[in-house]
Amino acid sequence: MSAVLEHETAPAPIVREPKNYLNVAWTVRSWLLTVDHKRIGLLYLAGITFFFLLGGAAAGIFRLELMTPQSDLVESETYNKLFTLHGIIMIFFFLVPGIPGVLGNFLIPIMIGARDMAFPKLNLMSWYLFMIGGIFTLYVTVAGGVDTGWTFYTPYSSTYSNTYVMATAVGIFITGFSSILTGLNFIVTVHKMRCPGMTWFRLPLFVWSNYATALIMVLGTPVLAITILLVALERGLKIGIFDPRLGGDPVLFQHLFWFYSHPAVYIMVLPAMGVISELVAAFSRNRVFGYKLVAFASLAIAVLGFLVWGHHMFVSGQSLYAGMVFSVLSMLIAIPSAIKVFNWTLTLWRGEVTFNTPLLYAMGFLGLFTIGGLTGLFLATLGIDVHVHDTYFVVAHFHYVMVGGTVMAYLGGIHYWWPKMTGKMYPEGWARFSAVLVFVGFNLTFFPQFILGYLGMPRRYHVYDEGFQVLNVMSTAGASILGIAYLFPITYLIWSLKYGAKAPANPWNAVGLEWMTSSPPPTENFIETPVVDFEAYEYHRHPAERHG
Amino acid sequence: MNTEFQIFPDAASTAAGKVDALYLFMVVLSVVLSVFVAGLVTYLAIRYRRANNVNRDHVAHGNTIEYIAMAISFPILMGIFLWGAKVCFFLFRAPEQAMPITVVAKQWMWKFQHADGRREIDTLHIPTGQPVKLTMVSQDVIHSFFVPAFRTKQDVLPGRYTSIWFEATEPGEYRFNCAEYCGTNHSRMIGKVIVQSPEDFARWMSGDAASDEPPAETGRKLFEQYQCGTCHRPASEEGARGPTLEGLFQSRVPLAGGQTVTADETYIRESILRPAQKQVAGYQQIMPTYEGQISEEGVMHLIAYIKTLGAPLAAKREEPNTLAPPTEPAAAEPAAEPAAPAAEDNAATDSQGTTP
Repeated sequence: MSAVLEHETAPAPIVREPKNYLNVAWTVRSWLLTVDHKRIGLLYLAGITFFFLLGGAAAGIFRLELMTPQSDLVESETYNKLFTLHGIIMIFFFLVPGIPGVLGNFLIPIMIGARDMAFPKLNLMSWYLFMIGGIFTLYVTVAGGVDTGWTFYTPYSSTYSNTYVMATAVGIFITGFSSILTGLNFIVTVHKMRCPGMTWFRLPLFVWSNYATALIMVLGTPVLAITILLVALERGLKIGIFDPRLGGDPVLFQHLFWFYSHPAVYIMVLPAMGVISELVAAFSRNRVFGYKLVAFASLAIAVLGFLVWGHHMFVSGQSLYAGMVFSVLSMLIAIPSAIKVFNWTLTLWRGEVTFNTPLLYAMGFLGLFTIGGLTGLFLATLGIDVHVHDTYFVVAHFHYVMVGGTVMAYLGGIHYWWPKMTGKMYPEGWARFSAVLVFVGFNLTFFPQFILGYLGMPRRYHVYDEGFQVLNVMSTAGASILGIAYLFPITYLIWSLKYGAKAPANPWNAVGLEWMTSSPPPTENFIETPVVDFEAYEYHRHPAERHG
Repeated sequence: MNTEFQIFPDAASTAAGKVDALYLFMVVLSVVLSVFVAGLVTYLAIRYRRANNVNRDHVAHGNTIEYIAMAISFPILMGIFLWGAKVCFFLFRAPEQAMPITVVAKQWMWKFQHADGRREIDTLHIPTGQPVKLTMVSQDVIHSFFVPAFRTKQDVLPGRYTSIWFEATEPGEYRFNCAEYCGTNHSRMIGKVIVQSPEDFARWMSGDAASDEPPAETGRKLFEQYQCGTCHRPASEEGARGPTLEGLFQSRVPLAGGQTVTADETYIRESILRPAQKQVAGYQQIMPTYEGQISEEGVMHLIAYIKTLGAPLAAKREEPNTLAPPTEPAAAEPAAEPAAPAAEDNAATDSQGTTP
């Protein structure tokens, strides 16, 4: 299929530079009709960066509003639309497709020594579905917004809200299929496309965790699609499913919604865990401590993740005994997560640590994800959750996991693989500075929210008690720092495309197939199909002499 | 209602201490573990930095250390779970003698009614030292009743009763919130619980607004207005077409399908609004549905009245003087009224329109 691309190679052959997937063709058409997983990865990069900025802008506006207890910058209705927009965009159009779409697409075939995904055209279709879903969301944003919260709780969403619920739902429905197709592609690719010698236990952990993610995508996302369809049936045709006035049950919606949306949390965080495994190994030049357990932990999280949805519903009127079952299972899921943190930390032991930007992000991840995970235990504990449920404590918790975890890992991964993806080095000084700034801004934004939550400030509140103002001002101040900190990488990474130093094939002296091909790789990834006769992360076989 | 800066919330209920103790335990545990992880990461990263000349010999290792970590963490996690479940049982199980209050929530206000009929909106007076149980229902979307100082909350659902209880310990004014996002003015769906000493509370209860009718009395009037007594006659009378309501509350009711249910508030509510849902064994389904005809408050009043039918029948029926005359016409009326429902079982739906 890439042969097709070569035929349409556009003019200006580059100055004796060897052909790679970027300079092979320059036309817009060659990008929009590409079936190269690497180009599709970059298409995702463009898409999710756009949505990240949009979702971030919404957060910026409502954080400003929250500087004062009264309503001043925006009205309640606008405020509600802003947090809804922020949630929907960040979850469905940034966190879920983010790491799998960009890094997963780019790296999985290379990491397993394959030429492309199992279904390259399906892969392109995933991106188009993602963008079409996104366009619906953009339409909603421009047309007047939606105010249900990203959780769409019924009967508010199905009967009472007068905003663009249907258009939003259609957008998410379509994007869901993008997720399913990506998951399907990953599963088949990992099963069928591994190069000779690449056994399951030689796979990089990034592949393992994306594989586990793909399982969740394929099994969980259809439930979301069904749920959306049911809301649409009720809203459009007045078929009673969730609204008690029509004979429905509003709590049923929550069961269905969280049956997808809790596993979706792991869709968002498992790929991040995979990135962290790569970063920690590469910058401590060490095999990931307890490799197999880390791989199995990913699968354990994927399976257990399907059995804990009811912990979102302890005060929903669900039976206390059901609550106890969900509480116990939620406690259990802490074990594989803790094992991972523990093993990443121990990977540093007897390593040879260099503090490049990716490792700074990984260290940030370890700290923030630990706090996110531990506060998750608070929420899994029945007696505490009753008080903190639907307060800022929950908001702080999932931002520690989603932003402190996933976004930190994503940024770390982007820096780590940037030379591979673009053939250019990023400016290390600026990058380190931004990483530290992100860490500081993040903590200042979200740590005060734990305190606010236990004080009893409910989430999704436009106006609030004066007693909460000091902590909210701190949070807004942190958000400003965080917002600026995010602009730095966007700026210098774009800058590096033109002015960055040329990247060698293996700037980090890392092991792994992706570092054994040129930067950027040729369209077919490897000139010759690699044969693997080594384990993952065999740094002890490539000792210190090699760097220089 | 705190206007000054705090970092820990007021504690004003018997539950607060229990929740706080568990919370503080978790905080200490989390701080210890976070500091441990952060410390270990920092220590290892610095000790094994490239410039440092240390032993880096590769050591093959099994997974013993992880298994030990699992073995230690499992009992700790189960301990936390059990402690949390214990606190939750305390939060969710109301004591028998709790003072009943009914709550109807709607976008965006809270309506309360005390057992003696006293009504309040967005303000709730309660005494210290007395468990209070709120039976709640929503008129529209899902809301959630949350009193931070009492450390408890419960979602308020449309179409179904939920309840919450607490026993206040400290007089004062405490904010309560709607905690489940419910639309435009969600953040304004707030109010305050005014906790008073039992004496002040008694004074307040006997105060000005004594004109509010007790819910059971309003319920009795509704019962007559809708002529429920036509079919639901006292147990002593023969030939009733509906099951008697005497002693119904909290009794076990055999259903046509062979199951039994406990006649709690939710069951009675459902049986008034959608009688066909749970058909009582031995009776025909002739009762019309009252869905959309009686307000949530009205249903709560009817339930309050039905509860009063629980005690020994004779005494109850004499109690209010006004009760005697209306029952007679109701008993006499069947001659005229039954026409529609008596016609046939499936006439039930037809009679809907004619029901007042």
